[in-house]
Amino acid sequence: MDAVTTFGQNLLGPVWLPVWTLVKIVCILVPLILGVAYLTFIERKVIGYMQVRIGPNRVGPAGLLQPFADVLKLLLKEVIVPTGANKYLFFIAPVLSIAPAVAAWAVIPFAPQAVLANVNAGLLYLLAMTSIGVYGVILAGWASNSKYAFLGALRSAAQIVSYEIAMGFALVGVLMAANSLNLTDIVRGQEGGILHWYAWPLLPLFVVYVVAGIAETNRHPFDVAEGESEIVAGFHVEYSGVAFAVFFLAEYMNMFLIAALAATMFMGGWSAPFPFLNNVAGGLLGDGFLWLAIKLSFVIFIFLWVRATFPRYRYDQIMRLGWKVFIPVTLVWIVFIGAMMQTRFAWLFH
Amino acid sequence: MAEIRNYTINFGPQHPAAHGVLRLVLELDGEVIERADPHVGLLHRATEKLAETRTWIQSVPYMDRLDYVSMMCNEHAYCMAIERLLGLEVPLRAQYIRTMFDEITRIMNHLMWLGAHSLDIGGMTTFLYCFREREDLFDMYEAVSGARMHAAYYRPGGVYRDLPERMPQYRAQHTRNEATLRDMNSNREGSLLDFIDDFTRRFPGYVDDYETLLTDNRIWKQRTVGIGVVTPERALALGFTGPMLRGSGIAWDLRRKQPYEVYDKMQFDIPIGVNGDCYDRYLVRVEEMRQSNRIVKQCVDWLRQNPGPVITDNHKVAPPHREAMKSNMEELIHHFKLFTEGIHVPPGEAYAAVEQPKGEFGVYAISDGANKPYRIKLRTPDYVHLSALDEMSRGHMIADVVAIIGTQDIVFGSIDR
Repeated sequence: MDAVTTFGQNLLGPVWLPVWTLVKIVCILVPLILGVAYLTFIERKVIGYMQVRIGPNRVGPAGLLQPFADVLKLLLKEVIVPTGANKYLFFIAPVLSIAPAVAAWAVIPFAPQAVLANVNAGLLYLLAMTSIGVYGVILAGWASNSKYAFLGALRSAAQIVSYEIAMGFALVGVLMAANSLNLTDIVRGQEGGILHWYAWPLLPLFVVYVVAGIAETNRHPFDVAEGESEIVAGFHVEYSGVAFAVFFLAEYMNMFLIAALAATMFMGGWSAPFPFLNNVAGGLLGDGFLWLAIKLSFVIFIFLWVRATFPRYRYDQIMRLGWKVFIPVTLVWIVFIGAMMQTRFAWLFH
Repeated sequence: MAEIRNYTINFGPQHPAAHGVLRLVLELDGEVIERADPHVGLLHRATEKLAETRTWIQSVPYMDRLDYVSMMCNEHAYCMAIERLLGLEVPLRAQYIRTMFDEITRIMNHLMWLGAHSLDIGGMTTFLYCFREREDLFDMYEAVSGARMHAAYYRPGGVYRDLPERMPQYRAQHTRNEATLRDMNSNREGSLLDFIDDFTRRFPGYVDDYETLLTDNRIWKQRTVGIGVVTPERALALGFTGPMLRGSGIAWDLRRKQPYEVYDKMQFDIPIGVNGDCYDRYLVRVEEMRQSNRIVKQCVDWLRQNPGPVITDNHKVAPPHREAMKSNMEELIHHFKLFTEGIHVPPGEAYAAVEQPKGEFGVYAISDGANKPYRIKLRTPDYVHLSALDEMSRGHMIADVVAIIGTQDIVFGSIDR
């Protein structure tokens, strides 16, 4: 790695840094987008098997080319702008919703050294980025000039704002446990096996975080923003073709992000659940990237499982759950760990 | 200051939860329903008028297409009306077959309802589970009548033909290997009755599966308890029948109150609700599926023991045997008259109602003695239930309207006729 850096610096001088960053961005984005593509496939397969059917199996061997067929279809479709829609906002909206979902990946550590931006305020950056996503939804609903889309946007805005708070509080717990906002440090704080994960001392926060994450990404059973049987498709009801694909991509990208964050902050990130496994995985695939992927897949599987099992909440019930259950729970637990950290049980919470 | 107006939204006719072509004009205050105005007529096919231009028997298939998820029950009411006009006795075996298929239809309808209702509320898995079982029921329809949905199996005076001795089996295909094929055909080795018997054994377990997913689920309860409450008095005043009425706590069931066919010989319970909300109606219908299963079982046991004719031997109503027709002058004349003119029904009027899965389905027939009805009036339960939608959904939210449409078990084929 060092050799590459020195070679590049000799070759390009000061231009090397942006070029090298771009290369890293591509290295993160390409697998990510491929991952999203296959997440849609795996989702259909997993839910299919849960629902006594087999899911897509026609395109390519065992249906493995299905995501590409979907992408191709969406690319070839016409993007229809509804009459009376605000054309500029209509197209800015999907961009606004995908950009933060992608940008947030800058601070996710894939391995001890593999992070695009090792910033100290990583957690704050993440909170900031994920909350920008809601603007895309609001703009989409507003610009579509459709009543259903508008209702969906209103629901979604209220929901995301409420769950952001619970999520933020859950992260405050992590911050207290790790004494750092830097995600790499947070993972380092959990090194040494499954017993050191923050998921145990912060169990209520972990649960709240995962549930709030489902709500944050507008996934079932909190998908009132696009509640199919109520407001048809909610905020993106008027979108078609590529514009729709971008929203779709953003939703799945956010799912990945929430899962990656859950893995990073509560489940020890790249480190192995048992220390002696660190080298096994390291030998196979980078510095523990494999473990991050496994943990991430586990959280995503829970997302899919929940989707196949539960009916959908009503909009006001979601708000009630957010404000009357999650926020109090997180607050109480933060105060509790804060108090415990002053006692001699402090070691339990670090 | 800007004037504050209510938000008026067009819910349907192209809406995933509109159950067909319901156009619902909703007036909203935020998300709260101020007024729900159902518009019907988008699927109107003039069935009643068409029946006036067809012979009596030609209208039987139209009845399938009214409530297209409880086909045979519709036929049943129509055939019963004709039988009342004719003063015709139906052979006992035919009565048992009708009872059995009415209950199979009830299970079929309730499975469809449960699937759609839970899908509306967001539980996708139940929908697919229900359709798995519906498939078996469709196979029973197919085995007995040749058609999976629009059976046209009942006839004035009985049923079209006796139950088949052999259950049709799946055939080999390149996508199925030997073991799969054997597995798929394992319960189809015997007669139709064996297959139905096997189904009645399996079915309670399936219902348990649905209940595991829904009955005690917190979200399901939050979405249905206290939603669309109808008091017993209002339910009677609004003309509710079937599970909608029983959900409100009134034990009214035509199978008990005015027994037709062999329901008076059957052992079954009539579940009733307490609060009259969506959850109670859900529980009532789920229990009805279990009770229907019981009835089907009893019919199967009887039908195994008692062979016999399945259609009346009055050849002015039912066609004679083919061999008899070929060898016997009188039968030939009957055959000719029946297939050219159809049935002649004496002048008069009659009303026949059955406890269709959705409620009381009635046929009011007037005959002037010709081979066609003078007038047919159909009384469908969903039409009555839909008219209460406004009352049931006022003050609820949009998501609850979806639950209420689901709980009413609406099918537009029978609302618009």
